[in-house]
Amino acid sequence: MSAEEPLLRVEDLRVEFPTEDGLVHAVDGITYQVHRGRTLGIVGESGSGKTVGSLTTLGLTRGQGARISGRVLFEGRDLLTLSEDEMRKVRGNDISMVFQDPLSSLHPLYSVGAQLTEAVLAHRDVSKATARARAVELLGLVGIPDPARRVSDYPHEFSGGMRQRAMIAMALANEPKLLIADEPTTALDVTVQAQILALMERLQRELGMAIVIITHDLGVVAEMADDIAVMYAGRIVETASAELVFSSPEHPYTWGLLRSIPRLGRSREESLVPIPGTPPSLINPPSGCHFHPRCPYAQPDHARIDPALEPVPGEPSHHVACLLEAGVRRALWAELRAGRMPEQALAAAGLPVEPA
Amino acid sequence: MSAAPDRAPAPTTPGATPAGGEPLVVVRDLVKHFPLTRGIVIRRRIGAVRAVDGVSFSVNRGETLGIVGETGCGKSTTARLIMRLLEATGGEVRFDGRDITHLKGHELKAVRREMQMIFQDPYSSLNPRKTIGSIIGEPFVIHGLEQGKGERKRAVQELMETVGLNPEHYNRYPHEFSGGQRQRIGVARALALKPKLLIADEPVSALDVSIQAQVLNLLRDLQRQLGLTVVFIAHDLSVVRHMCDRVAVMYLGKIVEIGPSDPLYEFPRHPYTGALLAAVPVADPTRHGVQRRLLSGDVPSPANPPSACRFHTRCPKAQPLCSTEEPLLVEKGSGTEAACHFPLTREEVAAIGVRSPA
Repeated sequence: MSAEEPLLRVEDLRVEFPTEDGLVHAVDGITYQVHRGRTLGIVGESGSGKTVGSLTTLGLTRGQGARISGRVLFEGRDLLTLSEDEMRKVRGNDISMVFQDPLSSLHPLYSVGAQLTEAVLAHRDVSKATARARAVELLGLVGIPDPARRVSDYPHEFSGGMRQRAMIAMALANEPKLLIADEPTTALDVTVQAQILALMERLQRELGMAIVIITHDLGVVAEMADDIAVMYAGRIVETASAELVFSSPEHPYTWGLLRSIPRLGRSREESLVPIPGTPPSLINPPSGCHFHPRCPYAQPDHARIDPALEPVPGEPSHHVACLLEAGVRRALWAELRAGRMPEQALAAAGLPVEPA
Repeated sequence: MSAAPDRAPAPTTPGATPAGGEPLVVVRDLVKHFPLTRGIVIRRRIGAVRAVDGVSFSVNRGETLGIVGETGCGKSTTARLIMRLLEATGGEVRFDGRDITHLKGHELKAVRREMQMIFQDPYSSLNPRKTIGSIIGEPFVIHGLEQGKGERKRAVQELMETVGLNPEHYNRYPHEFSGGQRQRIGVARALALKPKLLIADEPVSALDVSIQAQVLNLLRDLQRQLGLTVVFIAHDLSVVRHMCDRVAVMYLGKIVEIGPSDPLYEFPRHPYTGALLAAVPVADPTRHGVQRRLLSGDVPSPANPPSACRFHTRCPKAQPLCSTEEPLLVEKGSGTEAACHFPLTREEVAAIGVRSPA
């Protein structure tokens, strides 16, 4: 990682929602940074807090009675302390966001052009005609054929892929420094997904913006991200460069994710290794290490001790929140990587086979 | 009629049949057109969505056939036609040696006992006001089997055990279960009547990554233990490869390529299969930046599909012939059958960025 000041630095961010059933600890103290022109991939399952964390960065969880603490430093300014008016100047201008479902994020009764023009006019003091011209230019930029004509179309006249392109065009209207893309391709077919990812990469090269891409798809992060943060139950459990996360992952949850997905390159005979159990409740998260109830390698004291996100010995840029010793983790991953099942790996790494 | 012997599949598609083995399902020239109408009082037919437009294939006993393709390619419609949840516009479906395309009444009901379906969404496919005991036991009631409550309960609990649910949860309601567990309930219900054929329509795409593997392993184990014949429909090519013996690739209502998984994934011959495979993101950042050839544009409307080869409007290899003469699904010498005049060569497969397995 470079020594320069990061574009975005999130420090110990916590977001809690009071509900009738109790306090939901959606984001439970996360810290990460995004550098200019780079891509951070945030990986996690539903309910891991990956979306709430990003919405909070943009001030979009404020109205929901959320209790927010920590700091969100964007170019050195703490966004959490800004007023709603000041925040509105940042949102859609310096930072913008692309959501999963392009159909519900576009207004059905306004033409795509009108919505793009509005995004431009919200932040720039230009004439309507200039804004309209910019809308056409943006549609061309994201690869919509015949933009001068299609700008008058309504969202229902666009296909799913074109709608997502239009959403990206809108997000780029004011050349943001940071683009947050929350599952931008999950609702799309695989060939369209490849087009959208290629588009985002091209635009990043041309405009030099930083990207935070939030996804559950390890393939998508591997294609897009320079750095990866793996989230589980409201926390970051591992963070490192993409190469390190895939070549020498340190957290048992990351191992679980990597071993549980079928891959094109793997033999069909190889069994998938599922992660046992289900994601935990965020109202009553498990004690100690949040992952311990599902972790095949958990030891009795892991239910008591809360692991901190610490550097991996010898890899200062690689952080992991795991109570296993580094040597044991390496031994375990070496076994898993060779195709061994968790029980066999446990025995080989010298851990008790009947853990907590 | 019911004793009609197995006939050979349609001559136009000789190898859409697996080598050896006895087919359980034979689909021939299957067509489903949904009419498009205009007007409210006087409804005029102005055309048709050709969801499935002449599909032929067969599935052997004990085999898993995958159907892949993008939204709107007709894969789910094909499944529903086999299940007789939709009436075919043309063609025939033979199940266990018998033409079931136009069965009615209790004959249809009897056939349906032998084929069951697992749906994509485990939330909307379970009645929230019934206990899972009665959900899983309902097939017994519908088909008038396993009289007596005690006997039914035993049978249901055995099924729950088979799919990895705790039999003590017999009296719980669907909302008390997670997505993965609900999908297990759906599987248990589908297995209740010991069907010969199981159709799984996107069974894991609504589940979390860490849960998908649990359900996929369960389906694979059950398929092996019970010798089930499975039609597995999914858009995720990696999942299909993991699960299926043979795979059919559909585009705009037609099968463009079909064959055993290994040759199909390693040496796809139809340019559309190649494009699909090239588009799959791989969990390997060292491949970051490897150039892939991507398809441009969108899938054309199935109400007005392109002439002859339907892929010619987006195909990088298209020639004038492709828009005038429809290619037939024929063996291309590498193990699969492809409907293409100009199939991919090994060099082209490597160049478009298809990852051959290590």
